[in-house]
Formats: sequence, C-alpha cells, structure tokens
Amino acid sequence: MAGIGGAVTTGRKARWTVLNVLVVAYALVPVLWIVSLSFKTKETLGDGNFIPRAWTFDNYKAIFSTTEFVRALVNSIGIALIATAVAVVFGTMAAYAIARLDFPGKRLLVGVSLLIAMFPQISLVSPLFEIERSLGLFDTWPGLILPYITFALPLAIYTLSAFFREIPWELEKAAKMDGATPGQAFRRVIAPLAAPGVFTTAILVFIFCWNDFLFAISLTSTEQSRTVPVALSFFTGSSQFEDPTGSIAAAAVVITIPIILFVLFFQRRIVAGLTSGAVKG
Amino acid sequence: MSHAVNADTAGTAGSDAGPTPGLSPKAKAALSEGKKAERRLGLLLCAPAILIMAAVAGWPIVYSLWLSLQRYDLKFPDRTEFVGLENYVTVLSNPYWWNAMWVTVLITVVSVAVELVLGMALALIMHRTLVGRGIVRTSTLIPYGIVTVVAAFSWRYAWTPGTGYLAETVAGGDPVLTEKIPAIMVVTLAEIWKTTPFMALLLMAGLALVPDDLLKAAAMDGASAWQRFTKVMVPVMKPAILVALLFRTLDAFRIFDNLFVLTAGSQGTSSVSMLTYNNLIKGLNLGIGSTMSVLIFIAVAIIAFVFVKLFGTAAPGGDGGGRR
Repeated sequence: MAGIGGAVTTGRKARWTVLNVLVVAYALVPVLWIVSLSFKTKETLGDGNFIPRAWTFDNYKAIFSTTEFVRALVNSIGIALIATAVAVVFGTMAAYAIARLDFPGKRLLVGVSLLIAMFPQISLVSPLFEIERSLGLFDTWPGLILPYITFALPLAIYTLSAFFREIPWELEKAAKMDGATPGQAFRRVIAPLAAPGVFTTAILVFIFCWNDFLFAISLTSTEQSRTVPVALSFFTGSSQFEDPTGSIAAAAVVITIPIILFVLFFQRRIVAGLTSGAVKG
Repeated sequence: MSHAVNADTAGTAGSDAGPTPGLSPKAKAALSEGKKAERRLGLLLCAPAILIMAAVAGWPIVYSLWLSLQRYDLKFPDRTEFVGLENYVTVLSNPYWWNAMWVTVLITVVSVAVELVLGMALALIMHRTLVGRGIVRTSTLIPYGIVTVVAAFSWRYAWTPGTGYLAETVAGGDPVLTEKIPAIMVVTLAEIWKTTPFMALLLMAGLALVPDDLLKAAAMDGASAWQRFTKVMVPVMKPAILVALLFRTLDAFRIFDNLFVLTAGSQGTSSVSMLTYNNLIKGLNLGIGSTMSVLIFIAVAIIAFVFVKLFGTAAPGGDGGGRR
C-alpha cells in the first residue's frame, strides 16, 4: 500500500515516522501526565514537572487502604460486568433476529434503538431519579445496571447485526447436509464464526459502562453503589486538609489499566467493531 | 447459553423458510406456516431488548413529559400541583438557560469542526502510513477508551497553576479554568482530544472504500494531491463523513463529564446537561429539571432531523430497511 506512484524511499519513511511520533505523543501525553502525578511524592506534587523528581508508591498504598476506593472499584467492576453480560446476551438475540429473520416491526426496532443510542442521557436522568426513588432502586446496583443495559443495547444490536450479516450462513446448511445435527452445526460452524463479533461487542459495551459518569453520579448517593469515576470526583484525601491530587491520580491510573489492556490486546477488533456498523460496505 | 439454543432453532427456521419458488400449493401453505414461525421467533428473540428499552427509556420519557407540567420541588413536596406550561415559560425566559444553551452550541460547533479536520488528518495517517501502523492505531484508541473523568482530571491538573506543565508554559501561570472564555476553550480542547480518534476511525472506514485504482487514474491524469483528496476521496467518503458528523454532534451536545471535572459549571460555563443536573440533583427541583430534559430532547431531535433531511439516506437511520 505505498502511496500513489514513487518508491518507498528513506525520506518518505522518515516523514511518516515523524508524523507517527506526533500522533503517539498526542495520544499519550495526557495519560503519561496523570501516571507521573500518581508516582510523585507529596512534596514534589506541586512542582509542575512532567517527570517526577522523586518516585513513590504511597499514593497507591493510600487509596487501596480506604474503603471509599476499594468499594467503588468493586462496584465499578461488578456493575460493568453484569450490565455487559446482559446487554450482550439480549443484544445477540435481537441482532440475530434482525440480521436473519423477517418479522414485522424490524425497521421500527432498528430505528428506535438508533434513537436511544443518540439520546441525551440527561433527559432520562430526571424521570429515572424519581422512578428509582419510588421503586427503591435508587443507589443500588440494579439502579445503575438497568440504564447501562438500555444504552448499551443499541450499541450491541447495531454492532452485532453488522457482524452477523457478514457470516456465511450457508455453511450451517452445508454442515447439516454432511450429517451434522443442528446442535453440532451451531457449535462447530456458527459459534466460532460469531464469537469474534460477540466478543468485540462485549469489549465496546464494557468500555461504555466503565466510562459512564452522568448516571453514576445522579443515581447514587453513597459508597454502596458509587462507581470509581464518581468516587474520584468526591475524593478529598485521607484527612480534610490533605490535597487529594495524588490519590485521584493513582485511582485514575488504576481504572485506566483495563482500558489499556483491551487496547493493547484487541486493537484490531475494537477498530473493526467501531467501524462495522457505521459505514455500509 | 439458552440464547444459543434459541439461535439454533432460528437458524433452521430461517433457512428452511428461504426462497424456494415454484412449489405446489401444498408446499406453499407449509411455507407460510414456516413464515409465521419465523415471525414469532423474530419477535421472541427481540422481546427482552424491546422490553428493557421500553421500560427504562420509553416510559421515563413519557413520565418526564408529565413531570415537566408539574410544579414539583422535593424541598416543598406539599406544594406540588399541575401548572401546565408554566415551567417552560420559566426556563425559556431564564438567562442562565440561554447562556448554557450558547455554551453548549459553541462547544459542539467548535469541537466537531476541529475534530473533522484533525480526524481526517489522523485517518489519512492511519490509513496510509508506511511504518508502525499497529502502534499508531493502538495509541489512538487510548483517548477513545480512557474514562472521560480520568482524562478531565489530567487536563485539570495540567492547567492548574503550580501543579501543571501547561499552566506555566502555555498560560504563563494564569488560572485559565477560572475565567469563562479560557475555561470553555480548555473544555473544548479536552473534548477534542478525547473524541478525535473516534471521528478518525469512522472516517478511516470511509477511506477504505476509496478504490486505489481511482486514485491512481486521477494521479495519471495529472490531479494534484489536494485535487485527489477533494474530487475523489471526499465524494466517495461522503456517507462516512456524515455519519461521523451526526454521531459526534449529538454526542458533543450532551457534554457533561469534562465540564463537571474541569469547571463544575462555574463562571457561566455550564452546558445544558450541567444546568439540568444542578437543578435536579443539587436543587431537587424535579419540575424544572424535567422541563429542561424535555427541551434538550427537543433540541437533539431538531439536530438529528436537520441532518437526516439535509443528507437523506446517507444518515444512519436511512439504512434500517437495508439490513438482512
């Protein structure tokens, strides 16, 4: 895929390298800055240096010794995992039906779920706040899981139905002709073909749930169900007079780790998932 | 894996009911039976998704319409009553609301415009780079994936005089986050940083559709790089560009996280989402909060409508019928 005309010269390579370095720096500088803050000692926290002059793990030790952070981390992981699992299972069912079956109301369903995907979340916060208070769901796990599923479902349906349309379903028929039972045809042929799409969707949905701030800050009020992004904004340091910068930075780095791992290991899949539904090939 | 079993039976129904024209009347009757089963199965498979979306999105929307017609302040619950459109008059004649609306529109327009240019550049780099493609793509996914609140804190500390690397070098030690216009600029920058990669990925998917032969032919005919870009690439990519613009515009319009962490809406930097949050959760005024919610919903609907009207089937809603 060399450019139009012209051989790949060292000069061109060098030019691309410079551009690439610029892009990587653009993406990483803010992340490295918060990492750097998290390793600074109390004394050097305010020196404005990009690289810490003195390194310490104290900030990490401090946050993991507070229930405020540990509880929030448990909440974040639990809520995001449950919401992801449910959204992906229901999303898979609906996307399969949309991609393969003919039934009334299909267009409507696709249209409505797109509408929800683009919906301003704040518009749901006011009524949900009131409804959840009267149902006793306010400040509980289900109180957050439900809105997450609702907003993740359109994403899941959209991405998965794009994936499912690409699967060569004739293979299933062929397997049956060769004597496979329906169960075998599904397990041996269709499931392996569908799994990457389902997995990719799960990653995207998880990132969405992990990221949410608006629902989490509006529909919770105590440590019981506060997720990390919200806990972060309430951090005040271990004592009233302590500057929370170090703790916030350390907590911020901790919740960034899963994202970095996903990106490192599944870069290709995430790119495919994000772009699959967006453009008709 | 109960859904797996369901999906399997669906596969049978779907393929058996496939197109087999020219059969005897008897077989036709059987087919329509299969058709019925297919419909039932389709609805059954979609039922859980539909139920959840209806209960957690549909019903609350209706309910917020109802709430917006009430005087309903949780601090004075006994004064609750139906007031018709009074809340709308209150909000629409309130200077804070209009200030928040302009701030939101300003942030949306500036960030989406800059993102389109930057995102296109980034997409071209990712698409064409000769070296290190994997590294470039991986690192650009980090701003997309990172928790917005985390990124916002990084920017906040970067611009805080005394702690930040940008405060001294770029702003000359001024506390930029405590003045309206500079603060809005910083918020917009944070928004651009976070979402340009998403824009770039959508545009890159469009770039992949541009046939190489077409570009080569244009180059042979003496088209300059700029002409190849504007006359060949952009027209082919148009649907991708419009989808990316629509997604990002609606997303930018609901800006909340960045603002919450960077300015908390002080100095008149509130967005409409921020203002609604403050009225609702801080002020506990459900009537006014719901009214704002409805108004934001209407604003978003207008934006989406304009996009769909202007660009017709290129908008994502338009391809709904095409799937299968």
